[in-house]
Amino acid sequence: MIAHLPILQVIIPLMAAPICLLFKRSQLVWLFSLIASGLAFIVSVLLLQQVMQSGVISYELGGWAPPWGIEYRIDKLNAFLLLIISGISTVVLFAAQASIEKEIVINKRIYFYVLYLLSLTGMLGIVATGDAFNVFVFLEISSLSAYALIALGKKRQALWASYQYLIMGTIGATFILIGIGLMYQMTGTLNMQDLSQRLPEVVHTRTVFAAFAFVIVGVCLKLAMFPLHFWLPNAYAYAPSIVTAFFAATATKVAVYLLIRFTFTVFGVSFSFTTLPLQTLFMSLGLLGIFIASVTAIYQNNVKHIFAFSSIAQIGYMIVGFSLSTVTGLTATLLHMFNHALMKGAIFLALAAIIYRLGNADLKNLQGLGRQMPLTMAAIVIGGLSLIGVPLTVGFVSKWYLLMALIEQDLWPIVVLILIGSMLAVIYVWRIVEVAYFKEPLDKNAPVKEAPLSFIIPIWTLVIANIYFGIDTRLSVQVAEAAAQSLFGASL
Amino acid sequence: MLFDLFNHWVVITLMMSGLYIVIAHGNLIKKIIGLSVFQTSVFIFYISMAKVDGGTAPILAENITQYSNPLPHVLILTAIVVGIATTALGLSLVVRIKEEYGSIEEDDIQQQDNQDLADSHLENKA
Repeated sequence: MIAHLPILQVIIPLMAAPICLLFKRSQLVWLFSLIASGLAFIVSVLLLQQVMQSGVISYELGGWAPPWGIEYRIDKLNAFLLLIISGISTVVLFAAQASIEKEIVINKRIYFYVLYLLSLTGMLGIVATGDAFNVFVFLEISSLSAYALIALGKKRQALWASYQYLIMGTIGATFILIGIGLMYQMTGTLNMQDLSQRLPEVVHTRTVFAAFAFVIVGVCLKLAMFPLHFWLPNAYAYAPSIVTAFFAATATKVAVYLLIRFTFTVFGVSFSFTTLPLQTLFMSLGLLGIFIASVTAIYQNNVKHIFAFSSIAQIGYMIVGFSLSTVTGLTATLLHMFNHALMKGAIFLALAAIIYRLGNADLKNLQGLGRQMPLTMAAIVIGGLSLIGVPLTVGFVSKWYLLMALIEQDLWPIVVLILIGSMLAVIYVWRIVEVAYFKEPLDKNAPVKEAPLSFIIPIWTLVIANIYFGIDTRLSVQVAEAAAQSLFGASL
Repeated sequence: MLFDLFNHWVVITLMMSGLYIVIAHGNLIKKIIGLSVFQTSVFIFYISMAKVDGGTAPILAENITQYSNPLPHVLILTAIVVGIATTALGLSLVVRIKEEYGSIEEDDIQQQDNQDLADSHLENKA
């Protein structure tokens, strides 16, 4: 059993998805999906433990030895990501039943869980696999189910958002496919480990250069990195709230993972950061993303839109850390992936609770909610403080590491810019706080009730995680640092 | 020289025309068709990459010595399935969009969305 953990990680949600169709009642399907996702989480915990103790796990699919067969290769980096994805998925699913009752028509609820589990499968697969083509297949599994999930949104804008995402996402995935094809053409292998050894021999060719460019642009489309982010805000804002919470916390992290995996493991640090001016390019795009997205967030009237733009800004921080190509920089990026999943998970789940009570998340309707839904609003405030990077929250930890990484390189102007960027987050979080706490409720005669427990428990699990990992950073920092070091160790 | 890379010219032509259709056309169905053409170019790229001149199918038999690389061919079977799924999903989205917006022109839909947004802003002020 233990030996088969890497494949179990992917196969549990994959098998669970079609089984969902056998149930007639959506409550049962919910329970079943929750169990499947929970099992995946347990597997990821075991995997992380095993990897931290005994190093890389290589699993041969069907007993075919790599590089001919498909290999699942779990190192510290993917074990960390698997934990984030399956953990968030489980917590978010906990609130799903109540939330979709209000947002999805009754005959589509079972399909919601099927799609959700397929999307989870895709994400876990992308992270677990050590085969470049396998990445493409799982990418499409997760994307196709994501398009359908977003289209389940109540408003008609959801359809349009989903269509736009489909076009952009498919172009991105096809770019990655072209890149993989070019790599195969030069090396005759698809195994990532094998690729990393064979690519240096042909590294000077234009084909490899083109492969690199295609892969990077494709991944950046999926990543919603500025200026390729146009699909993201509407897709997040009009999707069902549970879907938003799940994707905001995990989907972009998977794309960041792919970026790291391809640049560090497959192409190698020395190639990735010398042939293209990747460092300057990503640094400036990251910073532009932080500023433009944060400023746009300030002017939004829908709270879901505010935090969707804030997600793009947060991706900017990850990109800045990544662009430094130092151990500390990469540690900051990995930490921020973990931390951002915790904060955005908490915030979007709290928004799901608000939509459950109010029917929408327009800023003006939040008036007086601070007193009427104290626990939910408090979660948004703590999540917001974490976004800003206030000490004792996780946001502070990752910002701290990012600033340390920048100071290490003597990039003082960037340090200042990052701090100013964080101040922009104060403004959009404050707008929400002001409306919710300092304005009278809209209708005093019909007070809004606090969200039900099925929301409060998962929301506060994430909020407490936000604070816990902000104070006791041993687990997150240790794993992120080890993962970053192993990435550099592999390439030196 | 140019003729040697005939396959690649086909691939590039299809790829660029596909992308151009996706970007330039406002009709949602045409966009999906462009996307399909774009994806097809990649299929041809993989297939021609693996083809060996004079090679046959990779079968274990006495008089077969030269054969094409089967792996990219198999890979592209998967990619074709993915392509079909994407096209099907895209087209069904277009059907739903037509039902909801009464149009499949990008400009119309965008305009209606902007109108909706402006209406809700007015409500905000009221």
